[in-house]
Amino acid sequence: MFSRAYRTAITVPPLLWVAVFLLVPYALLFCYSFWSVSPSQVIVHSWTLDNYRQLFKVNVYLQTLFRSMWIAARVTIFSLLLGYPLAYYLSFCTGKRKELLYQLVIIPLWVSYLVRAYAWKTILGSDGVLNTLLQYVHLTQHPLEFLLYSPFAVVLTLTHIYTPFAFLPIYSTLEHIPRNLVEASHDLGASPWQTFWRLIFPLSIPGVLAGATFAFVLSLGDFLSPLLLGGPSGIMISNIVVSLFGAAYNWPLGAAISFCMLALVLALLFLSESLEKKWSLR
Amino acid sequence: MSGRTTLNSSWLRWHAILVFGFLYLPIITLIVYSFNGSGVGGFPPRDLTLHWYRILLADDAIWSSVLNSLLVALAAMTVSLAFGIPAALALDRANFPGKALFRRLVLLPLILPGIITGLSLLMLFRQADVKLSLLTIILGHGTALISVATTEVFAGLQKLDRAQEEASLDLGANYLQTFWRITVPNLRLSIIGAALLIFTLSLDEIAVSFFLIGRDNTLPLEIWGRLRRGITPEINAISSIIFVFSLAAIATWYRLRQGAEGKPDLML
Repeated sequence: MFSRAYRTAITVPPLLWVAVFLLVPYALLFCYSFWSVSPSQVIVHSWTLDNYRQLFKVNVYLQTLFRSMWIAARVTIFSLLLGYPLAYYLSFCTGKRKELLYQLVIIPLWVSYLVRAYAWKTILGSDGVLNTLLQYVHLTQHPLEFLLYSPFAVVLTLTHIYTPFAFLPIYSTLEHIPRNLVEASHDLGASPWQTFWRLIFPLSIPGVLAGATFAFVLSLGDFLSPLLLGGPSGIMISNIVVSLFGAAYNWPLGAAISFCMLALVLALLFLSESLEKKWSLR
Repeated sequence: MSGRTTLNSSWLRWHAILVFGFLYLPIITLIVYSFNGSGVGGFPPRDLTLHWYRILLADDAIWSSVLNSLLVALAAMTVSLAFGIPAALALDRANFPGKALFRRLVLLPLILPGIITGLSLLMLFRQADVKLSLLTIILGHGTALISVATTEVFAGLQKLDRAQEEASLDLGANYLQTFWRITVPNLRLSIIGAALLIFTLSLDEIAVSFFLIGRDNTLPLEIWGRLRRGITPEINAISSIIFVFSLAAIATWYRLRQGAEGKPDLML
């Protein structure tokens, strides 16, 4: 029913826009990663693999990448541990209050990311809220220094930020489980734990995968929380990229690291998508 | 559902209470200490005062950054809708080479760490010799958030009855008239929802803006700059104000949606 002109009119403008502002920039990132910087700080447009060689030769890059992945992995696990039981509770045990509680999980998402990271900083600092509270009730005599400027602070803050992201897809898959299946399982004599492990959990795996991917990928690339709360031991891979694009002025090397990150993320997205498909078919 | 068929709910209830405590602790702390006379930190809070709000009111740099942020969000919203709505229509109604790639590409900025999109656009603007300014941030946000408009409107299109559009075309209306009088009104909830979401996401965006900023700051970047210098309850004050405004926005949107559909729906 739609004429050719109509279809052209709705297709071409978004296609062009996305090509210019997404496809070309991502391609440019790839190109930059093969260029270099001359001693006089000019970008040299000749092709070389030096950036990638350096990436694998200089320890600090790989170490920081692995540390970032470890931080992201912890954030993912904690977000799931907090988000999954919460989603289960809301979906199966709350009745009429469900909608309200759901909104309560969403609302923190509307508070600026930066502001929440900052709030943690005011809580965890050596004269912050937590330390002064602990001293006020005489649990400690001196401020606990490990709270702020540590990987712990980064993991805590990112877990806080990504728990709702882990919650949402899990909750949505749980809500789609037909309730008569659960009743049937009960009628056939299964205990609640058996029903959970054999019915509910397998059906919720696509949601878990989606939530885990979100939490892992987004925290892997984070650079603001580490800068704000991480201290020297909480530096992540994106912080290195930021400094290469700033003071260190080596865009090509920064581009190479970013491109590795991009490739890693795309591989993860692909993996999680194919796993999700596999589990949805069951 | 009866208690017998599901897991022990008292244990789960305590877990839920703890998680909510964890989610709200920073927000409550933030608001409480915006009234704290002796600065951020220290327990218990003392000398309750509006001092920090008064300082905030007189802080021109903050308010001009708020204005910049509103301008950017409004413009980014326009860009995203202008390209996101046709993109959704195209995904729904047209076949073209590279459709699968296009669908993925549009969604990418939402799932990629912001730093990658930010840097890539920075390189584009540098190659094209475009000076960084609020305009580059608008282009960045507008592009990154097309996905929001596309997914929301695409979901709306799946529920749309095409017969109305068909009838309109049969009765002699042209495509443009049909689009404005039939398609858009039918999609208005999806479009308003997308617009609100894009607006708030843009207001809060920092990773992409971080690389595309020129001389004028947006609010998150202004806050970021101050945080690097040290912390002041003024930041708590502006954040609390924004929080209250966001709550009002959610409540309004929720009412709107409930009124229109008769029943609540998932927001994201």
